[in-house]
Amino acid sequence: MTSAAKSPWLLHYNASSCNGCDIEILAALTPLYDVERFGIINTGNPAHADIFVVTGGVNEQNKEVLKNLYDQIPEPKVVMAVGICASSGGVFRDCYNVSGGVDTIIPVDVYVPGCSVRPEALIEGVVKAIGVLEEKRAKMEAEK
Amino acid sequence: MNVIMAILGAVIFLIAAPLLGGLLSGIDRIITARMQSRRGPPLLQPFYDIAKLWHKEKVFANPVEMIFTTAYLVLTAVSGAMFFGGLNLLLVVFCLALAHTFLILAAYAANAPYSHIGAERELIAIMVAEPILILLGVGFFMVTGTFLVSEIMGAGVPAICYLPGVFLALFAVLTLKLRKSPFDISTSHHAHQELVKGVTSSFAGKTLAKVELAHWYETILLLGMIFLFFAGHPVIGIIVVIVGYFLEILIDNIFPRVTWQMTVKSLWLVTLILGVVNIILLGIFGGILA
Repeated sequence: MTSAAKSPWLLHYNASSCNGCDIEILAALTPLYDVERFGIINTGNPAHADIFVVTGGVNEQNKEVLKNLYDQIPEPKVVMAVGICASSGGVFRDCYNVSGGVDTIIPVDVYVPGCSVRPEALIEGVVKAIGVLEEKRAKMEAEK
Repeated sequence: MNVIMAILGAVIFLIAAPLLGGLLSGIDRIITARMQSRRGPPLLQPFYDIAKLWHKEKVFANPVEMIFTTAYLVLTAVSGAMFFGGLNLLLVVFCLALAHTFLILAAYAANAPYSHIGAERELIAIMVAEPILILLGVGFFMVTGTFLVSEIMGAGVPAICYLPGVFLALFAVLTLKLRKSPFDISTSHHAHQELVKGVTSSFAGKTLAKVELAHWYETILLLGMIFLFFAGHPVIGIIVVIVGYFLEILIDNIFPRVTWQMTVKSLWLVTLILGVVNIILLGIFGGILA
């Protein structure tokens, strides 16, 4: 395990989610589950983040914000689409104002479906994301 | 001989301070977690964080921030090296202030509102902390007749006997200097604080790692200043430093939502009542040890 895997800092963005998944994310960040024991910090700042956790189906209003946040995160970075809306648009898929999933705007590495997503699935998703993060870092090192 | 000792002290500080500072930060995070009935991160977590940041992509809001943060790191390290090398205490204090000026410049260099507010609050932090640091120099001069740390260390009676007020005021300011208490000032350690890490909000990767490293240097320097009050009694000094740091963590956890207005008022009051009065009394009754 490299330092990248031991210190994954999260940035959480709600791209028009109903808040169900957001509450589950925040629950996983509370002292009860204590994600800090894995070195995870909820940064709230794209410049510091490694893993971009996005909820919601993304609408016309916030797709620019989503793109902007993604661009501000320095490489290596991993995007996690949390919840079925973020993964595919969910029941809002065909709405005129919904883009239909995070991957219509930015590349997604890990999909965590569910409505709302269960904490167990969320934690497994972060573990997968850490794996992808390590791969990306190894690739970055190799390119140097 | 003195020159050799000075160089040795400075070199040991430059090498050991980041290691010690990082460990202290790790212990700090574990104790804080336990106080909140959490498990907390591994002891070496701060080092993992730095190592990770070091390997991130280079991204700048403004390339000049790379120069400014490097200056911040170098000047903080230099002021610590001067302190542990036994040089002039006033020079150490001014060098530290200059280091912070570079951090503020770095934050102003980014064209971002959070960064700017962070820089403003960092200026307020300097405004609050600087008077007591200068009083510290004045107090030590009045007691020992010298600004040289090496000579203060050699004084017979420890300075704490003459400067209890200045000591307590410095201890109070430590909450601010160790980036603990006011949750809305520049870059406190609280999880979700108001300014999204304020002064460091536009720094990423190596730049952020440098700021963190400088903070470790500064932590050790400040604890060194606490130790200086007990010169000649190293065991008591070390115990006071350890207990003091623990109390800082405790205070941080008891008062997690102190605002900057409250900090300015309370710390200036403390500086005035404890620090200035201590110096005045020392001036009236005389302090220089014969």
